[in-house]
Amino acid sequence: MTRNSRITTISLSLLILALAGPLVVGQPFYINIGSQVLIAAIFAMSLNILVGYGGMTSIGHAAYLGTSAYVVALLTLQQGFGFFSASAIALVVVVIMAAIFGAIALRGTGITFLMITLALGQTMWGVAFRWSDVTGGDNGLPDIKRPDLFGLNLVEPTAFYGVMIVLFAIALVGMWIFTQSGLGLSLQGTRDQSRRMGMLGHHVWMVRWIAFIIAGFWAGVAGIAFVGYHGYIHPLSLGLANSAEVLLMVIAGGAGTLLGPVVGAAIVVVLKMVVSAYVSRWVLLLGCTFVAIVILLPEGVVPGLERLLKAVLPAPRDNEEA
Amino acid sequence: MTSDIALQISGMTKNFGGLKAIDGVNLTIPKGDRRLLLGPNGAGKTTLFNLITGDLKPTAGRVTLFGRDITGLPSHHCAPLGLARTYQIITLFPKNTLAENVILSLLGISPLRWSPISRIKGRQEFEERARAALKQVGLEAKADRPLGETSYGEKRRLEIALALAQNPSLLLLDEPLAGLSRQERLDVQSLIESIPRDITLILIEHDMDVALALADSITVMYHGRVICEGDRAQVVADPRVKEIYLAS
Repeated sequence: MTRNSRITTISLSLLILALAGPLVVGQPFYINIGSQVLIAAIFAMSLNILVGYGGMTSIGHAAYLGTSAYVVALLTLQQGFGFFSASAIALVVVVIMAAIFGAIALRGTGITFLMITLALGQTMWGVAFRWSDVTGGDNGLPDIKRPDLFGLNLVEPTAFYGVMIVLFAIALVGMWIFTQSGLGLSLQGTRDQSRRMGMLGHHVWMVRWIAFIIAGFWAGVAGIAFVGYHGYIHPLSLGLANSAEVLLMVIAGGAGTLLGPVVGAAIVVVLKMVVSAYVSRWVLLLGCTFVAIVILLPEGVVPGLERLLKAVLPAPRDNEEA
Repeated sequence: MTSDIALQISGMTKNFGGLKAIDGVNLTIPKGDRRLLLGPNGAGKTTLFNLITGDLKPTAGRVTLFGRDITGLPSHHCAPLGLARTYQIITLFPKNTLAENVILSLLGISPLRWSPISRIKGRQEFEERARAALKQVGLEAKADRPLGETSYGEKRRLEIALALAQNPSLLLLDEPLAGLSRQERLDVQSLIESIPRDITLILIEHDMDVALALADSITVMYHGRVICEGDRAQVVADPRVKEIYLAS
């Protein structure tokens, strides 16, 4: 077995162990944390398309999660839609929104792009906060019911967690396929040498725009899971704090790697949910964790650990790893 | 008649603010020609390349490629029309292997570049053609090395491999010998000589020995204008060329 495939085996085993962990412990508290980690992981993976593979740092990504959650909430609470038909409509809305916002944000690159995404994200937050007749304003929208799925009662934490595992696995495999695909390679090329990519025949702007829409779509999926889990949506979920948090997950875990955002999501959610139960100044601990990551593993936890693993495992012979 | 002409530039002008970087350039490159663009720094040679490839929009003038008007078309239209170029400053993909670099070039002219699901690695048409392009520039043995493990001279050759992989009809080479050692120059020179004659070449180069040996015809530029055009003897005999290169 080559060194690279050994590292793949190790990470896959760790992932499966981590997914099984909450089920082994068996307490609803930990199973629910598992669900929240997976929702955050899908959200972070969607942002990773932009930040990691596209080199486009967005700080307004919560807008897509939040909008999708609001659409599901409004349609189920006020228009009598079922959860799943509302979810399908939410995804359509989020894709259209990402197409429009992407076209605006991609007028810039780098810091300009970041500022436009921030402005667009805060606009959506403003709408949710101020348009209280429809969105409930600062009260948010409570009492969104979890649906039944194939006879499974999703109010049951274990059933919900099971559905989240399936959804997460689909997202992860989809992301893996995307990064190896023609469009995925093209996107990574535009990150590293956009001018050369244009000369080679790649339509740089269009590639980035499509990536923006795909990222918006998966954030929308995370939004549906989010509102399904909490049964409640508040303007804060659309806001800057949430956008910054998911960006931290991506960067801390390792931008541009498949599992980086997943590990980042786990770190943030576990610190937030578990540690906060014991330590009241848990935000300080979160900050210290990030400082430690930046100092010890500046490329992110996943690439950092991979580097350490490579140092430990024997180096490949030349005819291996080809 | 137009079918014998690879590239025609007429009345090309480009202003950067008050500076006329290109000032009314006319240029006709017949098919199969190997044209050398000469001129001191700031003559506008690379700017002319950028205007041809759509990296810059001209202030005035027209570019016609194989009878088709491409004036101001964005650069991603070049590759499908058979126009490829290399860069004076190495413009490669640092995180990828040499083979993956060439595959990005092949992908640029393949419809698979739009597919979010088709896996590219391991596809025979890409892998084989990438290796063939690397073989053409003598880098076949290093196909799976990351770019960071290659020398500067090898990167220069990879620059050319990326362009050749697309099987272009017109190839623009921007100082392909810049910064190379004597031996590396000879390697790249013989590589350029080995490019099939049906590929029209336009070459910017300062190394006179190599450049004059490679070129069929020469265009001399100075301050954004074409001041002299012809074969080697005509250009060397031209008094204005002597003045630019000897008096300045």
